[in-house]
Amino acid sequence: MKTKIAQEIPEGYLKYTGRKTATIVFLALLTCVLVVLAINAGSAELNPIQIIMTLLGKGDENSRVVIWNIRLPRILAAIIAGASLSVAGCVMQNILRNPLASPFTLGISQGAAFGAALAIVVLGAGSMQSRAADAVIISNPYIVTISAFTCSMAATMVILALAKHVGAKPEAMVLAGVALGSLFSAATTIIQYFAHDVQIAAIVFWTFGDLGRVTWNNVNIMFFLTITALLYFMLHRWDYNALDSGEETAKGLGVEVDKLRLIGMTLSSLITSVAVAFMGIIGFIGLVAPHMMRRIIGGDHRFLIPGATVMGSLLLLAADTLARTMVKPLTLPVGAITSFMGAPLFLYLLLSREAKKR
Amino acid sequence: MILSVNNVDFRYPSHNVLKNVKFEVERGDCLAILGTNGVGKSTLLKCINKILRPQQGVITVEKDEISKLSLRKVAQKIGYVSQRQESGRFTVFDAVILGRKPHITWDVTERDMAIVNHIIKMLGLESFSLRYIDELSGGELQKVVIARALAQEPRVLLLDEPTSNLDLKNQLDVLNIIQNVVREQQIAAIVTMHDLNLAIRFADKFIFLKKGTIFAAGGFEIITPEIIEEVYAVPVAVESFRAIPVVVPL
Repeated sequence: MKTKIAQEIPEGYLKYTGRKTATIVFLALLTCVLVVLAINAGSAELNPIQIIMTLLGKGDENSRVVIWNIRLPRILAAIIAGASLSVAGCVMQNILRNPLASPFTLGISQGAAFGAALAIVVLGAGSMQSRAADAVIISNPYIVTISAFTCSMAATMVILALAKHVGAKPEAMVLAGVALGSLFSAATTIIQYFAHDVQIAAIVFWTFGDLGRVTWNNVNIMFFLTITALLYFMLHRWDYNALDSGEETAKGLGVEVDKLRLIGMTLSSLITSVAVAFMGIIGFIGLVAPHMMRRIIGGDHRFLIPGATVMGSLLLLAADTLARTMVKPLTLPVGAITSFMGAPLFLYLLLSREAKKR
Repeated sequence: MILSVNNVDFRYPSHNVLKNVKFEVERGDCLAILGTNGVGKSTLLKCINKILRPQQGVITVEKDEISKLSLRKVAQKIGYVSQRQESGRFTVFDAVILGRKPHITWDVTERDMAIVNHIIKMLGLESFSLRYIDELSGGELQKVVIARALAQEPRVLLLDEPTSNLDLKNQLDVLNIIQNVVREQQIAAIVTMHDLNLAIRFADKFIFLKKGTIFAAGGFEIITPEIIEEVYAVPVAVESFRAIPVVVPL
């Protein structure tokens, strides 16, 4: 079957798609290597043999706790959250026909920050205590998580309801997202104004984004949702390609554009909100990882969706590993590291591509 | 009969566009829809293709009522090339494969690839099939989007001003390709156009729209100075040159 198909395709085209597949596989392997490094990196000194033994279930109690309870959930969270933020951005940029769209375009991050602030200050989830590694601890993370998730999804729901009512016009959705985002920001500011300084510290700390907060349970939820969304996105990869050729052309090719847009937005918002609720705001990945992949392998969603997924995982895992190891034993805010690392890399890709065009 | 449009009305909330439009198209027909800017030519094509839903009227393609078909089923029967093209970062080959979208369930098959390859050869696109479409000239891009519509294996081909961006040679090339496909495969093409002489050269049936409704429909016999002056409000002479009517504005 495969060889017969190959006969119909010009050889150059097979090389061209082969290169894309190879790039994605290479990035996936790079992520695997990074996983090993990331398990190894940290305050508790472990050697590779201990790690392998522990993963096989034969390690000592101490390394078992460190690896299974602390490092592995964190690493898996980085891989899954990176993938989900990036693929959500990839799909949002396509369905909203806007290169600046990201998982946070619809006011999700501001909604989540407001939800967290509300929980910490009003619902009393934020009685603080100090610890050497972390400046503040949120005493009731469940309330904060639920509140952040509810508020970020509320932003999405408002926009979806609006879209349903007046038609799913991309510009209107982006603008509504900006409006809701500033509404939530204003509400957060007002909460902060009336909060104690420790509470403000907790709110700010929450918004930094921290992968250390996740539990195995969180990882499982994120994994299930992200896989579901990925399957849907892959199933519609041809539709996204059609939409890139213009809305009318897509409809002419049989794509139910409004439906594609609404489901795509719902799924992207859902996986983003879940990640944000568990880990806080991790910016940049969702905006830039898909653009990086577009620069590297082009805009064909057959390759771009898996590509952006892998790129997101790689970036977030690399950022988190750096965040943990740069200033031991402190852990720097991962959201800042993603931008520190990603922005120069992205600018480089942008410039090298423009230079090539000349 | 391959397509029938029966008493179609379409209005936007602010104004009426089409009123009581009714015509039929036979296999092998090249139909040109003519009329002034804003008269509803593009709207009519979009109604046929279900991109817009007419408030009233019935459109059938090969006996299937399109209002009862999913967009995907419509796309299996009707190919559409819109007036404006957006070019993403795709190769020509990818862009033409996209035409198989209405037939693809999970991935392309051997048959899809064979069709794409055949169409690329037919339109002479092999030499740049691996170029990115955002790096093509207007004429090349127009041929690519027509190739994409042909890859749909449509029964009816709708083309909204397919020649407006093209130079003389490309205009003739593109129209010849469409004519040949229509005749060989016994499908139908409906084309909106502004250049009357090009329309005369290409089409064998004509519809003049005026104020959202059909003012005249038929073959060469309706290409008369009176009708054209009524429709465009420009006095013209229609001369015969090598047995083909030629419209000359006065």
